[in-house]
Amino acid sequence: MMRVFWAELSRDLLLAFRHKGDFLNPLIFFLMVAVLFPLGVSPAADFLAQIAPGVLWVSALLATLLSLDNLFKSDFDDGTLEQLLLSPESTYMIALAKACAHWITTGLPLALMAPLLAVMLFLPTQAIATLVISLLIGTATLSLLGAIASALTVGLKKGGVLISLLVIPLYIPVLIFGASAVQSAVDGLPVTAYLAILGAMFALSLVLAPFAIAASLRVSVSS
Amino acid sequence: MLVQCQPLKEIYCTGWGVAAPLLEVKDLYCERDDKVLFENLSFQLQQGQILHLGGSNGSGKTSLLRILCGLYHDFEGQIEYFGLRLADELENYHSSLLYFGHQVSVKLGLTALENLTWYARIQPQLDPSLISKALSEVGLEGYEQVLCQNLSAGQRRRVNLARLYMQKSSAIGHSLWILDEPFTAIDKQGVQELEQHISAFAASGGTVILTTHQQLALSSKIQRLNLDDWGTK
Repeated sequence: MMRVFWAELSRDLLLAFRHKGDFLNPLIFFLMVAVLFPLGVSPAADFLAQIAPGVLWVSALLATLLSLDNLFKSDFDDGTLEQLLLSPESTYMIALAKACAHWITTGLPLALMAPLLAVMLFLPTQAIATLVISLLIGTATLSLLGAIASALTVGLKKGGVLISLLVIPLYIPVLIFGASAVQSAVDGLPVTAYLAILGAMFALSLVLAPFAIAASLRVSVSS
Repeated sequence: MLVQCQPLKEIYCTGWGVAAPLLEVKDLYCERDDKVLFENLSFQLQQGQILHLGGSNGSGKTSLLRILCGLYHDFEGQIEYFGLRLADELENYHSSLLYFGHQVSVKLGLTALENLTWYARIQPQLDPSLISKALSEVGLEGYEQVLCQNLSAGQRRRVNLARLYMQKSSAIGHSLWILDEPFTAIDKQGVQELEQHISAFAASGGTVILTTHQQLALSSKIQRLNLDDWGTK
Protein backbone atom coordinates (compact mmCIF):
# COMPACT_ATOMS: atom_id res chain seq x y z
CA MET A 1 0.00 0.00 0.00
CA MET A 2 2.78 2.40 0.94
CA ARG A 3 4.82 1.15 -2.01
CA VAL A 4 2.38 2.60 -4.52
CA PHE A 5 2.25 5.83 -2.48
CA TRP A 6 6.03 6.26 -2.64
CA ALA A 7 6.14 5.20 -6.29
CA GLU A 8 3.65 7.85 -7.28
CA LEU A 9 5.05 10.54 -4.99
CA SER A 10 8.63 10.06 -6.15
CA ARG A 11 7.59 10.03 -9.79
CA ASP A 12 5.63 13.26 -9.46
CA LEU A 13 8.41 14.99 -7.57
CA LEU A 14 10.97 13.89 -10.15
CA LEU A 15 8.75 15.21 -12.94
CA ALA A 16 8.23 18.51 -11.10
CA PHE A 17 11.97 18.79 -10.59
CA ARG A 18 12.58 18.27 -14.32
CA HIS A 19 9.87 20.76 -15.36
CA LYS A 20 10.76 23.55 -13.00
CA GLY A 21 8.55 26.05 -14.82
CA ASP A 22 5.41 24.33 -13.60
CA PHE A 23 6.11 24.77 -9.94
CA LEU A 24 7.89 28.11 -10.18
CA ASN A 25 4.78 29.67 -11.72
CA PRO A 26 2.69 29.85 -8.50
CA LEU A 27 5.72 31.02 -6.54
CA ILE A 28 6.37 33.87 -8.96
CA PHE A 29 2.69 34.80 -8.79
CA PHE A 30 2.91 34.89 -4.99
CA LEU A 31 6.01 37.08 -5.18
CA MET A 32 4.44 39.41 -7.75
CA VAL A 33 1.37 40.08 -5.61
CA ALA A 34 3.50 41.00 -2.61
CA VAL A 35 5.73 43.22 -4.73
CA LEU A 36 2.93 44.96 -6.63
CA PHE A 37 0.58 45.56 -3.72
CA PRO A 38 2.60 48.33 -2.07
CA LEU A 39 3.08 49.96 -5.47
CA GLY A 40 -0.62 49.86 -6.27
CA VAL A 41 -2.10 50.73 -2.89
CA SER A 42 0.24 52.50 -0.54
CA PRO A 43 3.83 51.95 0.56
CA ALA A 44 3.12 53.27 4.07
CA ALA A 45 4.44 50.76 6.61
CA ASP A 46 1.57 50.93 9.10
CA PHE A 47 -1.03 50.52 6.35
CA LEU A 48 0.78 47.53 4.84
CA ALA A 49 1.20 45.90 8.23
CA GLN A 50 -2.55 46.14 8.68
CA ILE A 51 -3.45 44.40 5.42
CA ALA A 52 -0.47 42.00 5.24
CA PRO A 53 -2.18 38.93 6.82
CA GLY A 54 -5.06 39.09 4.38
CA VAL A 55 -2.93 39.87 1.34
CA LEU A 56 -0.49 37.07 2.03
CA TRP A 57 -3.21 34.53 2.64
CA VAL A 58 -5.29 35.53 -0.39
CA SER A 59 -2.30 35.47 -2.69
CA ALA A 60 -1.19 32.07 -1.36
CA LEU A 61 -4.70 30.77 -1.98
CA LEU A 62 -4.81 32.16 -5.53
CA ALA A 63 -1.33 30.81 -6.25
CA THR A 64 -2.53 27.34 -5.22
CA LEU A 65 -5.63 27.75 -7.36
CA LEU A 66 -3.46 28.69 -10.32
CA SER A 67 -1.55 25.43 -10.12
CA LEU A 68 -4.57 23.14 -9.82
CA ASP A 69 -5.28 23.04 -13.52
CA ASN A 70 -2.16 21.02 -14.25
CA LEU A 71 -2.46 18.59 -11.38
CA PHE A 72 -3.87 15.68 -13.39
CA LYS A 73 -3.83 17.17 -16.89
CA SER A 74 -0.57 15.74 -18.19
CA ASP A 75 -1.29 12.29 -16.76
CA PHE A 76 -4.72 12.38 -18.36
CA ASP A 77 -3.35 13.49 -21.72
CA ASP A 78 -0.61 10.89 -22.01
CA GLY A 79 -2.71 7.99 -20.73
CA THR A 80 -0.75 7.25 -17.55
CA LEU A 81 -3.78 8.26 -15.49
CA GLU A 82 -5.84 5.35 -16.81
CA GLN A 83 -2.88 3.04 -16.19
CA LEU A 84 -2.87 4.26 -12.58
CA LEU A 85 -6.57 3.47 -12.27
CA LEU A 86 -5.95 0.00 -13.70
CA SER A 87 -3.51 -0.70 -10.92
CA PRO A 88 -4.83 -3.26 -8.44
CA GLU A 89 -3.24 -1.16 -5.71
CA SER A 90 -5.37 1.23 -3.70
CA THR A 91 -6.54 4.28 -5.64
CA TYR A 92 -6.90 6.04 -2.28
CA MET A 93 -3.13 5.94 -1.80
CA ILE A 94 -2.54 7.03 -5.39
CA ALA A 95 -4.85 10.02 -4.96
CA LEU A 96 -3.21 10.87 -1.64
CA ALA A 97 0.24 10.68 -3.22
CA LYS A 98 -0.83 13.03 -6.01
CA ALA A 99 -2.22 15.60 -3.56
CA CYS A 100 0.86 15.23 -1.40
CA ALA A 101 3.18 15.83 -4.36
CA HIS A 102 1.12 18.89 -5.26
CA TRP A 103 1.52 20.27 -1.74
CA ILE A 104 5.27 19.65 -1.69
CA THR A 105 5.67 21.52 -4.98
CA THR A 106 3.29 24.43 -4.23
CA GLY A 107 2.11 24.76 -0.62
CA LEU A 108 5.44 23.98 1.03
CA PRO A 109 7.52 26.46 -1.01
CA LEU A 110 4.77 29.09 -0.60
CA ALA A 111 4.86 28.69 3.19
CA LEU A 112 8.65 28.80 3.22
CA MET A 113 8.73 31.91 1.05
CA ALA A 114 6.05 33.67 3.11
CA PRO A 115 8.39 35.10 5.83
CA LEU A 116 10.35 36.96 3.16
CA LEU A 117 7.21 38.53 1.75
CA ALA A 118 5.92 39.19 5.26
CA VAL A 119 8.98 41.33 5.91
CA MET A 120 8.40 43.17 2.64
CA LEU A 121 4.84 43.95 3.75
CA PHE A 122 5.95 45.04 7.25
CA LEU A 123 4.10 42.22 9.01
CA PRO A 124 5.03 42.45 12.72
CA THR A 125 7.70 39.85 13.48
CA GLN A 126 5.70 38.18 16.25
CA ALA A 127 3.17 37.03 13.61
CA ILE A 128 5.63 35.42 11.21
CA ALA A 129 5.75 32.03 12.94
CA THR A 130 1.95 31.87 12.96
CA LEU A 131 1.89 32.85 9.29
CA VAL A 132 4.20 29.98 8.35
CA ILE A 133 2.38 27.41 10.48
CA SER A 134 -1.06 28.47 9.27
CA LEU A 135 0.13 28.37 5.67
CA LEU A 136 1.73 24.94 6.10
CA ILE A 137 -1.51 23.43 7.44
CA GLY A 138 -3.79 25.57 5.29
CA THR A 139 -2.13 24.93 1.93
CA ALA A 140 -2.16 21.17 2.61
CA THR A 141 -5.94 21.42 3.00
CA LEU A 142 -6.12 23.56 -0.13
CA SER A 143 -4.15 20.95 -2.11
CA LEU A 144 -6.41 18.12 -0.97
CA LEU A 145 -9.65 20.01 -1.66
CA GLY A 146 -8.35 21.43 -4.91
CA ALA A 147 -7.36 18.00 -6.15
CA ILE A 148 -11.03 16.95 -6.01
CA ALA A 149 -12.06 19.78 -8.33
CA SER A 150 -9.06 19.20 -10.54
CA ALA A 151 -9.91 15.49 -10.84
CA LEU A 152 -13.53 16.28 -11.69
CA THR A 153 -12.64 18.69 -14.49
CA VAL A 154 -9.59 16.96 -15.95
CA GLY A 155 -11.57 15.45 -18.82
CA LEU A 156 -12.98 18.80 -19.92
CA LYS A 157 -11.34 20.96 -22.55
CA LYS A 158 -11.68 24.17 -20.57
CA GLY A 159 -11.90 23.16 -16.95
CA GLY A 160 -10.09 26.21 -15.55
CA VAL A 161 -13.11 28.38 -14.83
CA LEU A 162 -15.07 25.46 -13.47
CA ILE A 163 -12.28 24.56 -11.04
CA SER A 164 -12.46 28.06 -9.51
CA LEU A 165 -16.23 27.85 -9.17
CA LEU A 166 -16.09 24.42 -7.56
CA VAL A 167 -13.27 25.10 -5.23
CA ILE A 168 -13.72 28.68 -3.97
CA PRO A 169 -16.63 27.81 -1.60
CA LEU A 170 -14.47 25.08 -0.06
CA TYR A 171 -11.48 27.42 0.21
CA ILE A 172 -13.28 30.26 1.98
CA PRO A 173 -13.32 28.67 5.49
CA VAL A 174 -9.61 27.89 5.22
CA LEU A 175 -8.92 31.48 4.20
CA ILE A 176 -11.00 32.93 7.04
CA PHE A 177 -9.35 30.89 9.76
CA GLY A 178 -5.87 31.16 8.24
CA ALA A 179 -5.96 34.94 7.89
CA SER A 180 -7.63 35.33 11.32
CA ALA A 181 -4.86 33.32 12.95
CA VAL A 182 -2.24 35.67 11.54
CA GLN A 183 -4.32 38.74 12.45
CA SER A 184 -4.63 37.50 16.04
CA ALA A 185 -0.90 37.01 16.23
CA VAL A 186 -0.43 40.59 15.00
CA ASP A 187 -2.75 41.83 17.74
CA GLY A 188 -0.98 39.71 20.34
CA LEU A 189 -3.99 37.47 20.96
CA PRO A 190 -3.82 33.67 21.35
CA VAL A 191 -3.83 31.79 18.04
CA THR A 192 -4.19 28.17 19.10
CA ALA A 193 -7.96 28.10 18.54
CA TYR A 194 -7.58 29.19 14.92
CA LEU A 195 -4.73 26.78 14.31
CA ALA A 196 -6.73 23.97 15.90
CA ILE A 197 -9.62 24.60 13.53
CA LEU A 198 -7.23 24.72 10.57
CA GLY A 199 -5.78 21.44 11.81
CA ALA A 200 -9.24 19.90 12.10
CA MET A 201 -10.08 20.93 8.54
CA PHE A 202 -6.79 19.44 7.39
CA ALA A 203 -7.41 16.16 9.24
CA LEU A 204 -10.89 15.88 7.80
CA SER A 205 -9.77 16.52 4.24
CA LEU A 206 -6.74 14.23 4.62
CA VAL A 207 -9.01 11.33 5.49
CA LEU A 208 -11.91 12.02 3.15
CA ALA A 209 -10.57 13.91 0.13
CA PRO A 210 -8.61 10.98 -1.37
CA PHE A 211 -11.88 9.00 -1.67
CA ALA A 212 -13.46 11.89 -3.56
CA ILE A 213 -10.36 12.39 -5.71
CA ALA A 214 -10.24 8.70 -6.64
CA ALA A 215 -13.95 8.61 -7.48
CA SER A 216 -13.70 11.81 -9.52
CA LEU A 217 -10.76 10.44 -11.48
CA ARG A 218 -12.76 7.31 -12.33
CA VAL A 219 -15.61 9.46 -13.60
CA SER A 220 -13.27 11.62 -15.67
CA VAL A 221 -11.44 8.69 -17.22
CA SER A 222 -14.63 6.80 -18.08
CA SER A 223 -16.08 9.56 -20.24
CA MET B 1 -1.51 -3.41 1.47
CA LEU B 2 -0.58 -6.91 0.48
CA VAL B 3 -2.96 -8.32 -2.06
CA GLN B 4 -3.63 -11.86 -0.99
CA CYS B 5 -3.50 -14.18 -3.94
CA GLN B 6 -6.32 -16.61 -3.54
CA PRO B 7 -6.04 -20.05 -5.05
CA LEU B 8 -7.83 -18.87 -8.15
CA LYS B 9 -8.31 -22.20 -9.86
CA GLU B 10 -10.33 -23.75 -7.08
CA ILE B 11 -12.53 -20.73 -6.61
CA TYR B 12 -13.22 -20.05 -10.23
CA CYS B 13 -14.28 -23.57 -11.22
CA THR B 14 -17.94 -24.21 -11.75
CA GLY B 15 -19.69 -26.98 -9.93
CA TRP B 16 -19.29 -29.35 -12.87
CA GLY B 17 -15.52 -29.37 -12.64
CA VAL B 18 -15.16 -27.42 -15.88
CA ALA B 19 -13.20 -24.19 -15.61
CA ALA B 20 -15.36 -21.16 -16.30
CA PRO B 21 -14.11 -19.03 -19.17
CA LEU B 22 -11.72 -16.25 -18.27
CA LEU B 23 -14.14 -13.69 -19.63
CA GLU B 24 -17.71 -14.12 -20.64
CA VAL B 25 -19.70 -11.29 -22.17
CA LYS B 26 -23.48 -11.58 -22.22
CA ASP B 27 -25.88 -9.36 -24.16
CA LEU B 28 -23.66 -6.32 -24.14
CA TYR B 29 -25.26 -3.12 -25.36
CA CYS B 30 -23.48 0.16 -25.77
CA GLU B 31 -24.40 3.38 -27.48
CA ARG B 32 -22.46 6.56 -27.92
CA ASP B 33 -23.75 9.85 -29.25
CA ASP B 34 -27.11 8.23 -30.17
CA LYS B 35 -25.41 5.58 -32.28
CA VAL B 36 -25.70 1.97 -31.21
CA LEU B 37 -22.18 0.59 -31.25
CA PHE B 38 -23.21 -2.98 -30.55
CA GLU B 39 -26.17 -4.82 -29.11
CA ASN B 40 -26.71 -8.38 -27.90
CA LEU B 41 -22.99 -8.89 -28.11
CA SER B 42 -22.04 -12.16 -26.46
CA PHE B 43 -18.82 -14.10 -26.53
CA GLN B 44 -16.58 -16.22 -24.37
CA LEU B 45 -12.88 -16.09 -23.99
CA GLN B 46 -11.05 -19.14 -22.68
CA GLN B 47 -7.60 -19.11 -21.16
CA GLY B 48 -4.89 -19.26 -23.80
CA GLN B 49 -7.04 -17.81 -26.56
CA ILE B 50 -6.31 -14.84 -28.78
CA LEU B 51 -9.29 -12.72 -29.77
CA HIS B 52 -8.83 -10.43 -32.73
CA LEU B 53 -11.39 -7.66 -32.61
CA GLY B 54 -12.17 -6.26 -36.05
CA GLY B 55 -14.42 -3.56 -37.41
CA SER B 56 -14.31 -0.30 -39.29
CA ASN B 57 -13.35 3.02 -37.70
CA GLY B 58 -15.91 4.08 -35.15
CA SER B 59 -17.40 0.62 -34.80
CA GLY B 60 -16.72 0.62 -31.06
CA LYS B 61 -13.55 -1.44 -30.73
CA THR B 62 -11.90 0.92 -28.29
CA SER B 63 -15.15 1.37 -26.36
CA LEU B 64 -15.48 -2.39 -26.01
CA LEU B 65 -11.89 -2.75 -24.85
CA ARG B 66 -12.36 0.02 -22.29
CA ILE B 67 -15.53 -1.67 -21.06
CA LEU B 68 -13.64 -4.94 -20.72
CA CYS B 69 -10.89 -3.14 -18.76
CA GLY B 70 -13.42 -1.76 -16.32
CA LEU B 71 -12.64 1.81 -17.34
CA TYR B 72 -15.92 2.60 -19.07
CA HIS B 73 -19.22 1.92 -17.37
CA ASP B 74 -21.86 3.30 -19.67
CA PHE B 75 -23.19 0.01 -21.00
CA GLU B 76 -25.82 -2.63 -20.39
CA GLY B 77 -25.28 -6.35 -20.12
CA GLN B 78 -23.11 -8.66 -18.10
CA ILE B 79 -19.44 -9.35 -18.02
CA GLU B 80 -18.16 -12.28 -16.00
CA TYR B 81 -14.63 -13.04 -14.95
CA PHE B 82 -14.20 -16.74 -14.22
CA GLY B 83 -17.95 -16.96 -13.73
CA LEU B 84 -18.15 -14.06 -11.27
CA ARG B 85 -19.41 -10.54 -11.89
CA LEU B 86 -16.48 -8.49 -13.19
CA ALA B 87 -17.45 -5.39 -11.18
CA ASP B 88 -17.04 -7.36 -7.93
CA GLU B 89 -13.73 -8.85 -8.95
CA LEU B 90 -11.95 -5.74 -10.18
CA GLU B 91 -9.02 -5.99 -7.79
CA ASN B 92 -8.21 -9.58 -8.79
CA TYR B 93 -8.90 -8.78 -12.40
CA HIS B 94 -6.67 -5.72 -12.48
CA SER B 95 -3.82 -7.61 -10.87
CA SER B 96 -3.71 -9.88 -13.92
CA LEU B 97 -4.55 -7.34 -16.63
CA LEU B 98 -2.21 -5.41 -18.88
CA TYR B 99 -3.96 -2.76 -20.95
CA PHE B 100 -2.28 -1.09 -23.84
CA GLY B 101 -4.34 1.87 -25.00
CA HIS B 102 -4.31 4.45 -27.75
CA GLN B 103 -2.11 6.86 -25.92
CA VAL B 104 1.62 6.36 -25.43
CA SER B 105 1.15 5.98 -21.66
CA VAL B 106 4.76 6.93 -21.17
CA LYS B 107 5.90 10.02 -19.27
CA LEU B 108 8.00 12.10 -21.64
CA GLY B 109 9.89 13.72 -18.77
CA LEU B 110 11.14 10.36 -17.49
CA THR B 111 13.66 7.95 -18.96
CA ALA B 112 12.65 4.56 -20.34
CA LEU B 113 14.05 2.93 -17.22
CA GLU B 114 12.18 5.25 -14.84
CA ASN B 115 8.93 4.73 -16.71
CA LEU B 116 9.18 0.96 -16.47
CA THR B 117 10.28 1.04 -12.83
CA TRP B 118 7.18 3.08 -12.06
CA TYR B 119 5.01 0.61 -13.99
CA ALA B 120 6.51 -2.32 -12.08
CA ARG B 121 5.63 -0.59 -8.82
CA ILE B 122 2.02 0.18 -9.62
CA GLN B 123 1.32 -3.06 -11.53
CA PRO B 124 2.50 -5.99 -9.43
CA GLN B 125 2.09 -8.42 -12.32
CA LEU B 126 5.24 -6.89 -13.80
CA ASP B 127 8.62 -8.15 -12.67
CA PRO B 128 11.08 -5.27 -12.05
CA SER B 129 14.08 -7.56 -12.49
CA LEU B 130 13.15 -8.04 -16.14
CA ILE B 131 13.29 -4.35 -17.09
CA SER B 132 16.68 -4.31 -18.79
CA LYS B 133 15.94 -7.57 -20.58
CA ALA B 134 12.58 -6.23 -21.73
CA LEU B 135 14.17 -3.05 -23.06
CA SER B 136 16.66 -5.02 -25.12
CA GLU B 137 13.84 -7.26 -26.39
CA VAL B 138 12.05 -4.21 -27.80
CA GLY B 139 15.27 -2.93 -29.32
CA LEU B 140 15.94 -0.12 -26.88
CA GLU B 141 19.22 -1.37 -25.48
CA GLY B 142 21.40 1.65 -24.76
CA TYR B 143 18.40 3.97 -24.48
CA GLU B 144 17.69 3.18 -20.82
CA GLN B 145 18.83 6.57 -19.57
CA VAL B 146 17.43 8.68 -22.44
CA LEU B 147 14.45 10.88 -21.62
CA CYS B 148 11.40 9.67 -23.53
CA GLN B 149 10.86 13.13 -25.02
CA ASN B 150 14.06 12.55 -26.99
CA LEU B 151 12.87 9.22 -28.38
CA SER B 152 10.95 8.80 -31.64
CA ALA B 153 7.23 8.03 -31.67
CA GLY B 154 7.88 4.37 -32.42
CA GLN B 155 10.47 4.11 -29.67
CA ARG B 156 8.09 5.65 -27.13
CA ARG B 157 5.52 3.03 -27.98
CA ARG B 158 8.20 0.39 -27.65
CA VAL B 159 8.93 1.59 -24.11
CA ASN B 160 5.30 0.92 -23.27
CA LEU B 161 5.35 -2.39 -25.15
CA ALA B 162 8.32 -3.48 -23.06
CA ARG B 163 5.76 -4.12 -20.31
CA LEU B 164 4.64 -7.16 -22.29
CA TYR B 165 8.11 -8.62 -21.79
CA MET B 166 8.02 -8.03 -18.03
CA GLN B 167 5.00 -10.24 -17.36
CA LYS B 168 5.61 -12.45 -14.33
CA SER B 169 5.40 -16.04 -15.43
CA SER B 170 3.95 -17.26 -12.11
CA ALA B 171 0.27 -16.52 -12.79
CA ILE B 172 0.35 -16.58 -16.56
CA GLY B 173 -2.80 -18.69 -16.76
CA HIS B 174 -4.86 -15.82 -15.40
CA SER B 175 -3.13 -13.04 -17.27
CA LEU B 176 -5.00 -11.08 -19.83
CA TRP B 177 -3.53 -8.61 -22.27
CA ILE B 178 -5.86 -6.08 -23.83
CA LEU B 179 -4.03 -4.44 -26.71
CA ASP B 180 -5.58 -1.55 -28.61
CA GLU B 181 -3.70 -1.15 -31.88
CA PRO B 182 -0.38 -2.35 -30.47
CA PHE B 183 1.38 -2.19 -33.83
CA THR B 184 0.88 1.54 -34.47
CA ALA B 185 4.18 3.25 -35.34
CA ILE B 186 6.11 -0.02 -35.00
CA ASP B 187 8.33 -1.11 -37.90
CA LYS B 188 7.88 -4.39 -39.81
CA GLN B 189 10.57 -6.25 -37.95
CA GLY B 190 9.14 -5.07 -34.63
CA VAL B 191 5.62 -6.15 -35.58
CA GLN B 192 6.91 -9.61 -36.43
CA GLU B 193 8.71 -9.98 -33.12
CA LEU B 194 5.71 -8.71 -31.23
CA GLU B 195 3.40 -11.17 -33.00
CA GLN B 196 5.76 -13.98 -32.06
CA HIS B 197 5.81 -12.81 -28.47
CA ILE B 198 2.02 -12.65 -28.36
CA SER B 199 1.63 -16.18 -29.72
CA ALA B 200 4.27 -17.47 -27.31
CA PHE B 201 2.34 -15.85 -24.45
CA ALA B 202 -0.90 -17.44 -25.63
CA ALA B 203 0.82 -20.80 -26.08
CA SER B 204 1.94 -20.73 -22.45
CA GLY B 205 -1.62 -20.12 -21.29
CA GLY B 206 -2.01 -16.34 -21.45
CA THR B 207 -5.06 -14.71 -22.98
CA VAL B 208 -5.04 -11.80 -25.43
CA ILE B 209 -7.63 -9.45 -26.89
CA LEU B 210 -6.30 -7.16 -29.56
CA THR B 211 -7.41 -4.83 -32.30
CA THR B 212 -5.36 -4.12 -35.36
CA HIS B 213 -5.95 -3.28 -38.97
CA GLN B 214 -2.90 -5.27 -39.99
CA GLN B 215 -3.02 -8.82 -41.25
CA LEU B 216 -2.02 -11.02 -38.36
CA ALA B 217 0.45 -13.74 -39.16
CA LEU B 218 0.13 -15.41 -35.80
CA SER B 219 0.86 -19.08 -35.76
CA SER B 220 -1.63 -19.94 -33.05
CA LYS B 221 -5.35 -20.19 -33.52
CA ILE B 222 -7.14 -16.87 -33.41
CA GLN B 223 -10.75 -16.17 -32.62
CA ARG B 224 -12.18 -13.32 -34.63
CA LEU B 225 -14.98 -10.97 -33.82
CA ASN B 226 -16.11 -8.26 -36.19
CA LEU B 227 -17.98 -5.45 -34.48
CA ASP B 228 -19.50 -4.30 -37.77
CA ASP B 229 -21.83 -7.33 -37.54
CA TRP B 230 -23.17 -6.28 -34.14
CA GLY B 231 -24.05 -2.63 -34.55
CA THR B 232 -26.76 -0.81 -36.43
CA LYS B 233 -25.73 0.72 -39.67
